[in-house]
Amino acid sequence: MIRRNRRYKSNRDRTGTYVRKWRGLLWILPGFSGVLIFYLLPFGDVVRRSFLGAVDNRFAGIDNYRTILENGAFLLAVKNTLKFTVICIPVLILTALVCAVVLYRSRYGGIIKSAFLMPMALPAVSVAVMWRLLFHSQGLVNQWLSHLGVIGKDWMNTEQAFWVLVLSYIWKNLGYDIVLWMAGLAGISENIYEAARVDGAGDWQCFRNITLPNLKSSLYTITVLSFLNSFKVFREAYLVAGDYPHESIYMMQHLFNNWFRTFSFDKMAAAAVLESIVLLGLILLLQKAWDSKEKY
Amino acid sequence: MLMQRNSDRKREQRKNFHAGQKLLWGLLALLALATLYPVIFLIAGSFMGQDELGTYLGAVIAGREGYADFPLLPHYPTLRHYVEILLDSPEFFVMFWNSVRITFGVLAGQLVVGTMAAWGFAKYEFPWKKGFFLIYMILMLMPFQVLMLSDYLILDKLMLTNHLWGIILPGIFSTFPVFIIYRFFTEIPDSLLESARLDGAREWQLFYHIGLPMGSSGVIAAMVLGFLEYWSLIEQPLTFLKEKSLFPLSVFLPDITSVRQSGMAFAASVITFLPALLVFLGGQDYLEKGIMAGAVKE
Repeated sequence: MIRRNRRYKSNRDRTGTYVRKWRGLLWILPGFSGVLIFYLLPFGDVVRRSFLGAVDNRFAGIDNYRTILENGAFLLAVKNTLKFTVICIPVLILTALVCAVVLYRSRYGGIIKSAFLMPMALPAVSVAVMWRLLFHSQGLVNQWLSHLGVIGKDWMNTEQAFWVLVLSYIWKNLGYDIVLWMAGLAGISENIYEAARVDGAGDWQCFRNITLPNLKSSLYTITVLSFLNSFKVFREAYLVAGDYPHESIYMMQHLFNNWFRTFSFDKMAAAAVLESIVLLGLILLLQKAWDSKEKY
Repeated sequence: MLMQRNSDRKREQRKNFHAGQKLLWGLLALLALATLYPVIFLIAGSFMGQDELGTYLGAVIAGREGYADFPLLPHYPTLRHYVEILLDSPEFFVMFWNSVRITFGVLAGQLVVGTMAAWGFAKYEFPWKKGFFLIYMILMLMPFQVLMLSDYLILDKLMLTNHLWGIILPGIFSTFPVFIIYRFFTEIPDSLLESARLDGAREWQLFYHIGLPMGSSGVIAAMVLGFLEYWSLIEQPLTFLKEKSLFPLSVFLPDITSVRQSGMAFAASVITFLPALLVFLGGQDYLEKGIMAGAVKE
């Protein structure tokens, strides 16, 4: 035992503190060089371009930013994205919470949870095929509605397209959020419930006074992750409605695609920088919440 | 007496609770069925003959009056659309293989580069580690649209646009799997590594013989999530690939609203879905672990 210890010590002296200090960096070096080449350096170039004129490549100050902030398409995309998240995220999070609480204690929860997770595996093309049949003006949804005596709508070519997109997002992300909530529920100690039950607390009281307060930190994470996932809803919107969808579902990705097609790299650069700043703020908030939880 | 009354009240409460619970359960089961409906619909449709599809969906695909209608199961099941796709449409195979190349290329790369980086972050201290990690996290959370132009600029410089490698390489260096695997690596006790070091194990041996086996569920979780992501990739191929022969299945959208193609559209969607479904069914536990790893810090 003692000999081993000595060998270890001399070994450590030989390797030297310098190597030891940087050893960890060697592990991330292959990955990080790729990250540098494919993400960080080109993004730096994008930041540079956001200050250059489109035609002459000369320094243009904040002209590009001013242009996009006055651009109708940009404002429309921002407005739709904001409206979309403000409506979707509370609905999704609350629905997922109710589902998670019910499923958490039940025996067959696993099967139902699988059903909710399934949409995650369904490729967006398959979803698009279904949506075309379901939400066509003579499609299945309208047929069901006609049984109820409601006159159907042309879902994809009117304002209703927005609600179809909301539904798609919730449909696709419900399982994901349920899993997150259930992870939060699993973190609450069973002892607290038992103690409360001994004191005569009912189920509703337990839920309100124990479950909800203990899920606060989960709520934060789930909100941010749901927000970031909401940018992926473009996939379905694109496949169903193409490059020029109804204006109620014209999202940021449509805008970027259209600018990309017309080589408006100056506008794209400025918009990318603006959007990344907003998202960066959100991500740092998330980081801060995680750190404070750690201390706690 | 008091205890008697107390237990009575409790029983009463439990009864109420059960009724409420059952109602919630019923609602939830309904919601789950509704969630699954598109999947069932898709599979049923793929086994329906052209005539049957025409009858039910005529309103949508042939511009007939009235509404489309759809039974839960086909009355005259047929495999014709599958046969047609699998034996009669070579372009479908080309796309299938493109999807396989993209997905497995990315996953194989992530398996090497991503696990190594995750190991470095989880088990070593080095200068600016926090800063590096923050960069990885920020990149993981950025949507494609933000990185789209920078992606294009570098691929253009490396002449990788209109090339499958232009999709695969940025995917390999995605920071998402690093983040997931990192979580699982941190759970391996340091004392284990120390004692292995005492026995003279080299650093790469620690990674290969302790890290990978003990963190395997994290690696699998990252692979499952990665498979679902890259199998259904849309934005990148649509932006960077111009040649149709390079398109993966995930952007192949047959026109379901035409009479001739509707059956094929169903079958093609099911075939596209099938690999993802198998991965999902086989890896659901890992999928859930992966989702949680993305959210809970330690």
